[in-house]
Amino acid sequence: MVVRYLGAEVQRMEDPRLLTGHGRYVDDITMAGMLEAAFLRAPLAHAKIRSIDTSRAEALEGVHRVFTHADFGEKYSHRMNQLYPAPVIEQNKTQYPLAKDEVCFVGETVAVVVADSRAIAEDALALIDVDYEALPAVVDIRTALEDGAPLAHADATSNLMGKMRSKFGDIEDAFGKADHVFSAGFMQHRGGCHSMETRGVIAKDDPWGDGLTLWTSAQSPYLIRRALATWLGESEERIRVVAPDVGGGFGPKAGFYPEEIAICLVARLMETPVKWIEDRREHFVSTTTQRDQYWDLEVACTSEGKILGLRGNITHENGAYIPYGILLPNSSLTPLPGAYSIAAIDVGVDIVFTNTIANSPVRGAGRPCGIYAVERMIQLVSRKLGIDPAEVRRRNYVRPDQMPYETGATLRGGAKCVYDSGDYEALLEKALELSDYNSFKERQATARAEGRYLGIGVSSCIEDTGMGPYEGTTVRVESSGKVAVRTGAASQGQGHHTMIAMLVAENLGVSPEDIMFESADTSKFPHGVGTIGSRVAANVGPSAFDAAKKVREKALKLAAEVLEASEADLDIEDGVVRVNGAPDLSITLGELAIQLSPASALRVPAGFDPLLEATSYDGSSGSPIACGSNVAEVEVDPGTGEVKVLRYSVAHDCGVMINPMIVHGQIVGGVVHGIGNALFERMIYDDQGQPLTMNYGEYLLPLASEMPRVDVTHMETPSPLNSLGVKGAGEGGTIPAAAAIVAAIENALEEFSVEIDYYPVDPQYLTELIDKGAAQAAE
Amino acid sequence: MADTRDIEVTVNGKSHTANVETRTSLGDFLRHGLGLTGTHMGCEHGVCGACTVMVDGEAVRSCLMLAVQANGQEVTTVEGLADEDGTLHPLQEAFWKHHGLQCGFCTPGMLTSLAAFLRDNPDPSEREVREAISGNICRCTGYQGIVDAALDAAKTMQGS
Amino acid sequence: MKPAPFTYHDPATPEEAVALLVEHEDAKVLAGGQSLMPMLNMRFVVPDHVIDLNGVAGISGVTDTGSALEIGAMTRQRDLMRDAAVVAKTPIIPEALENVGHFQTRNRGTIGGSLCHLDPSAELPCLMAAYDGVLTAHGPDGARDIPFAEWPLAYMIPTLGPDELLTKITVPYWGADHGYGFVEFARRHGDFAMIAVAALLEVEGGTISRAAISIGGADVRPLRLTEAETALVGAAPNAEAFKASAEIARGIDAMSDAYVSSAYRQRLAATLVERALVQAAERASGSA
Repeated sequence: MVVRYLGAEVQRMEDPRLLTGHGRYVDDITMAGMLEAAFLRAPLAHAKIRSIDTSRAEALEGVHRVFTHADFGEKYSHRMNQLYPAPVIEQNKTQYPLAKDEVCFVGETVAVVVADSRAIAEDALALIDVDYEALPAVVDIRTALEDGAPLAHADATSNLMGKMRSKFGDIEDAFGKADHVFSAGFMQHRGGCHSMETRGVIAKDDPWGDGLTLWTSAQSPYLIRRALATWLGESEERIRVVAPDVGGGFGPKAGFYPEEIAICLVARLMETPVKWIEDRREHFVSTTTQRDQYWDLEVACTSEGKILGLRGNITHENGAYIPYGILLPNSSLTPLPGAYSIAAIDVGVDIVFTNTIANSPVRGAGRPCGIYAVERMIQLVSRKLGIDPAEVRRRNYVRPDQMPYETGATLRGGAKCVYDSGDYEALLEKALELSDYNSFKERQATARAEGRYLGIGVSSCIEDTGMGPYEGTTVRVESSGKVAVRTGAASQGQGHHTMIAMLVAENLGVSPEDIMFESADTSKFPHGVGTIGSRVAANVGPSAFDAAKKVREKALKLAAEVLEASEADLDIEDGVVRVNGAPDLSITLGELAIQLSPASALRVPAGFDPLLEATSYDGSSGSPIACGSNVAEVEVDPGTGEVKVLRYSVAHDCGVMINPMIVHGQIVGGVVHGIGNALFERMIYDDQGQPLTMNYGEYLLPLASEMPRVDVTHMETPSPLNSLGVKGAGEGGTIPAAAAIVAAIENALEEFSVEIDYYPVDPQYLTELIDKGAAQAAE
Repeated sequence: MADTRDIEVTVNGKSHTANVETRTSLGDFLRHGLGLTGTHMGCEHGVCGACTVMVDGEAVRSCLMLAVQANGQEVTTVEGLADEDGTLHPLQEAFWKHHGLQCGFCTPGMLTSLAAFLRDNPDPSEREVREAISGNICRCTGYQGIVDAALDAAKTMQGS
Repeated sequence: MKPAPFTYHDPATPEEAVALLVEHEDAKVLAGGQSLMPMLNMRFVVPDHVIDLNGVAGISGVTDTGSALEIGAMTRQRDLMRDAAVVAKTPIIPEALENVGHFQTRNRGTIGGSLCHLDPSAELPCLMAAYDGVLTAHGPDGARDIPFAEWPLAYMIPTLGPDELLTKITVPYWGADHGYGFVEFARRHGDFAMIAVAALLEVEGGTISRAAISIGGADVRPLRLTEAETALVGAAPNAEAFKASAEIARGIDAMSDAYVSSAYRQRLAATLVERALVQAAERASGSA
């Protein structure tokens, strides 16, 4: 079989529609009788609700109903379920769809107005009178666990959500025998989602007909269906969840939100479809984000810079509720030891409640934090021992001959963390070459002579991708010869349609244009998991390939009978099965499909199951580990503290690449997100939990004018864990970015002895470090 | 009683009359009044650029204009960039070729902004293109595919 | 984020606009909309009436009087950047405008709107301060001229009566050989300036004969660094002189907020004043 699509830069099939303005996102959908909703949200970070009076709002012309918790009735008065239960969770806190008698973050849903238009619904919000009794708010996780600290939840026993620990190896031995022990403390702040499309939900309840249908801008329709069914106490089969075109997800859209329940309830109780579109101000306060982690670490090493052990503690901001269980703190721990073989690790995390929007994975989840921590300690060793940062890495990488390498850490779900394949040192060398690392000192000196400060920073990462259990695919040839492909996996721009069409086309001998692809609709495929953690390519890829292969086999078996030829002499091209050497002998896939789905009273050929179709749940038997090395080159202006990223180089290995163009887009997009985290994206709260960065003038997303070109080179070390050798690529650009940028800034400002202990690095902070360093140097 | 006005707006060459509430933005009028949902609302405070359309040939943020202010004017949205027969605008072709979009949400605003920009700046440098799209936020692509597409389209549009 | 309901007016003349302001107490004037619309959308302002100036005749366009520019308040920022007289006679204005928002916002935004909105970080007020621009306001009792130094009253509040309309801005020219430098520091292209400096210099026979240094972003109003301006007159336009100006800038009173400290603003002011002056000196003919 000739390889035609796998590895080719096929232009995306999603694009013509999206380019001509014919995408169909949630807000583009209308239906007869549809009303619009707006939520009243808590203006205080922590307060008791004494009373709510909605009468003035309900009297407004154009308003149909106003609901509070009480209005939903006894049947719908329980809290949301914990979707990710874990023994680690000591105090489980989940929301009510509408707050009952306490609000715990600015933005929490308190009431919902349903009106003829969004504008009128917003007019009505101003007419709802809520009597709040303000309570002290918890904002700073560093003091939240002290005795006497105010409680984020009035009925909690403390602000501790839970504790976790990654411990393996003999840590006492490692630190006991080390030549050196160095320590560092730093804060990591990663910011919010800010997909360009906000969240949005349309609910329609048709109890005598199709049941409950929910259109939602989401990454995990099946999670939502199950969560909704469980919460309502109803059958999943009577609930349909559809994610239409989704304008970016990045993690926060992978959950299940109170608004999803509330809009379903109002649609049901009002017997009419209702739409709610989150506006950007709501997005700032009610879509989950990632925020603060404080790390205190010690590294034990030899005089040659070989790392023997890593230990310390993390204080992790949870926010007020726990919609994603312990996913985020867990994924901050599991990447330790990074790309290195470190014999002993003992790092704990305290997960702390605050009166803010819940923290959730945001592109990379906790992996950027875990990798940043490891990379910072590598930098520390490099600086303290005077060994080149690239060389320290070489002395510590897991080597190819050690693969599969069991790190000692445990993944969520209990499996051991095993690195399947990869050559980390080779990736480093590629990155160094791509970035002209070896000639950097010259560039730096020349620039310094002109009064300019250049710096270079390296970082390496691993990424556990492709988590299970599966993401199945059904491939079916129709009577027309067109091929229907259905999967559960939802797309928010990752090009799944194209990727899967390529795999099926190649295996089945059809052209990608003949493939009709449907996904993210729970009525069209029985079960799925979600688009998170760079898991789709490594799960859907194999299942699509396998299903197509099975269809091919079935087609050839039947064609062999029909054409009276041997299967070995048959080939499929452009949807036609031909006998090699006898081109007149052929039958189309469509004709074969008809044979397997004949009209009434005819028979399916003996020995064949009906339909030219197959379903596969083939995925990855473990977590394929992607890896990469990044090099950032920056210029710092000591006059202003401004950091310009001049150049950014990535050497990346995500195994076999299905569509290199799509992989490239994921890497570059991921890097820019990571640069945003490193330099720009900061959510600021006051000490009463009021968010202060509430618009795009105050909260800074990376723009084209400040972003460098990203040069990318690839290695393809196949993963042994799935049939295609694929590894995930969605987050590998983001994960190491902050570490590379921060290392580069420190390198540029070495003469000022600048050591950076938090990101995002803002210019004011840098000037303070520079001035301090200059003053010390003068003494 | 809502404050309304009668307006006449030409959108993508076609004239429309409507009675609109005066507080309705041009973006919302295009999307919900006329059903032209290609223009997207990303922030409603004039920073993200997803809502960009051309009014009398100039790229503007449709979230910061009232529909009534477009009375008597000509508006071009993303739906009006391709030819009547479906031939894509060079920018649309270039975005397709260079993977200049992923989720597609910022794309209409990018296309209309660049269409206006390239008309007035037919031979831009990469730096100039990046500054031209600094008023359009993309969370997916990292901008590189968009920049490459713009530079490629510029060449095509100049006939080289 | 939809505005609260309002009654919309679109007057055709300045007199009609003023009459509407007199008649309606709770009214907001809509110029380019790039500042007001976000505030309406976010319901930071909830006026009963919105008076749209985009159809008002006679208050937009640029006139070269020979000694000054007369700029209609509704002149689009884009048009200012393209106008031949502005480019030739007041080149610092188009240069500074490259930093004002993005080309889409400049297509609608107006000079009058920016000056009335009076954001401390805005570039146009900083320029008007450097030029000692004169703002003309029309009210029910007629027109009056307001020197820019008297224009900012308080944080984002100009000296404009509730019944008055800004109609014209007059920018007196500097000498044909003058040098100019506009330097600002913003986090990203198009963002409001944390600090912006506009510097104008006239140099004759190797010494500075006239200087204006205006600092935006430090206070609710742009600051003229008069102490440094005085010190520069008669001095040679060299690095030493500009460093001295920078040190004076470091001593300004600067605001502090959740994002930026006053000390950092002072530091930026010093750095940027020096850079703006160097730029201005390079462009001034008559530098020795």
